[in-house]
Amino acid sequence: MKRTARLLAYAALAASLVLGLVVTAHARDRTLTNVSYDPTREFYREFNEAFAAHWRQQQGETVAIRVTHGGSGSQARTVIDGLEADVVTLALESDINAIADATGLIPDDWRGKFANNNAPYTSTIVFLVRKGNPKGIADWGDLIKEGIEVITPNPKTSGGARWNLLAAWAWARAQEGGGDETARAFVSELYRRVPVFDSGARGSTTTFVQRGIGDVLLAWENEAYLAIEELGPDAFDIVTPSISILAEPPVAVVEANAEKKGNLELAQAYLEYLYSAEGQALAAKHYYRPFRPDLADPEDIARFGEVDLVAIEAFGGWRRVQPEFFGDGGIFDQIYVPTGQ
Amino acid sequence: MPSSAAQRRVRAATSESRPVQWVLIGISLVFIAVILVLPLTTVFAEAFRRGPDEFLKALADKDAQAAIRLTLLVAAISVPLNIVFGVCAAWAIAKYEFKGKAFLITLIDLPFSVSPVISGLVYVLLFGAGSMLGPWLRSYGIEVLFAVPGIVLATIFVTFPFVARELIPLMQVQGTGDEEAAISLGANGWQTFWRVTLPNIKWGLLYGVLLCNARAMGEFGAVTVVSGRIRGQTTTMPLQIEILYNEYNAVAAFSLAAMLALLALVTLVLKSILEWRFGDELAATNGGH
Repeated sequence: MKRTARLLAYAALAASLVLGLVVTAHARDRTLTNVSYDPTREFYREFNEAFAAHWRQQQGETVAIRVTHGGSGSQARTVIDGLEADVVTLALESDINAIADATGLIPDDWRGKFANNNAPYTSTIVFLVRKGNPKGIADWGDLIKEGIEVITPNPKTSGGARWNLLAAWAWARAQEGGGDETARAFVSELYRRVPVFDSGARGSTTTFVQRGIGDVLLAWENEAYLAIEELGPDAFDIVTPSISILAEPPVAVVEANAEKKGNLELAQAYLEYLYSAEGQALAAKHYYRPFRPDLADPEDIARFGEVDLVAIEAFGGWRRVQPEFFGDGGIFDQIYVPTGQ
Repeated sequence: MPSSAAQRRVRAATSESRPVQWVLIGISLVFIAVILVLPLTTVFAEAFRRGPDEFLKALADKDAQAAIRLTLLVAAISVPLNIVFGVCAAWAIAKYEFKGKAFLITLIDLPFSVSPVISGLVYVLLFGAGSMLGPWLRSYGIEVLFAVPGIVLATIFVTFPFVARELIPLMQVQGTGDEEAAISLGANGWQTFWRVTLPNIKWGLLYGVLLCNARAMGEFGAVTVVSGRIRGQTTTMPLQIEILYNEYNAVAAFSLAAMLALLALVTLVLKSILEWRFGDELAATNGGH
């Protein structure tokens, strides 16, 4: 027994050493890390392959692209905490601002380094309802009818959830006799109907779709179409409201990180490729509204519903909206009273 | 082990009437079936829902392979370290008297009472970009957070009580008599440990290692905080399973889950084989569970 025990101990030690060496050696390939938000998984999986092929053809070099997904706010948090992202492709400007402000890894003037305010694709917020729309939900006003449960993620951690709140606000403000006061009343009524807050958009989709909770999911347009595609058109319908928000999920190079790793050029090319014909077509294919619809497949473009889109500038831009609505003690904190306590 | 007390308890139990025995046995069987067997079967059923080809394809996926490798690596590093630590701590606590012993025991239990999320956040605070240590280590090219070392540290943190907790009561009951005898017969410290102490505690140790290993491979909470979830690089099997599930890829998620369950079962089978092979020794040393 003594001999066996000693042998085992040595074997375990040797094994851990060898494995450790293998892993360090393995991490030597040129890799680009893209920290993205929740619903872009399918899009970037395909885009990364396309870009890697394009780069190999043009530069004769093989690159591995690593992606991480999560709620946009928590993703920004990991970059602030030290995850060495080369590029960030997040749900909203203020999350990239947060990285720029907290770390200086991204220059302050990042917005404008790429076309269309750094948003190669845009999206909007729509409703996903159960098949046949049993509760008769047609527009925002129907969401606060008696007995409706609304599913949306937590605006503190999720970029999509912030767009949700602003879209609702924009609709209420545009109604007859509407203003910021009525919008505030409407939105707080709306949040009283949220039974569960997930931290990211994908978590909310799972709650609505797989756990069957709630009557309506406030979702990214692309996320709603994807849910239908993945889970069958016989289970859900999409309702496009009369007014929604123009969501511009921005992209940026984390310049200090990319430069340190010698990836600056690669990171730049990667984001630029989002604006290429192939990038735009892939975005439309995955239900993002491309910046240049003329480059995408017209059939993909025809799938998007008609909706009046309100831009963030109508709220004074993210620099103002973020603290006013979602900062500590901001409007969301004032209107949201946790239920069940 | 106080065997006479144990026998008395057994005799008291057998004095229960037959129906009571049946009810108790029935309850445990139903409980195990509903809580354990049913979900486990579902995992395997779901994994093979589209046939064995899809199952194998899911496991052959590049990211899945990386996740399996990383999980095994993390277990291969953290379990041996925890064995060394656990034996040292149990030895110190069981065989010596010193100030602060009760405090040390409490500290060892800490990871059990702290939520794994906190165990992870502790390392974010320690090694994050906003900390003192993180940037300093980084200037030497050492990545801790969002890299393998961070995952290993978090795993060690949540698993370190297992071996020590398993050994402390065992060693306390055994006392220092055997070791004193060995030393009075001229054995040195190292010989005493290998020839007297280790054989005495080996079953407890094995059990502790099993628990430690299972948790090291399965830990989700602490690891998810420190990993950064970079696909194919810092996702362990539990994290990869969650990612796949969130991508509506249930078959792949459950295939990997089945693989993780199988890895745990392998260690259980190993233990059973050892118990069967050395059953006589087990009875003799009376240290089994």
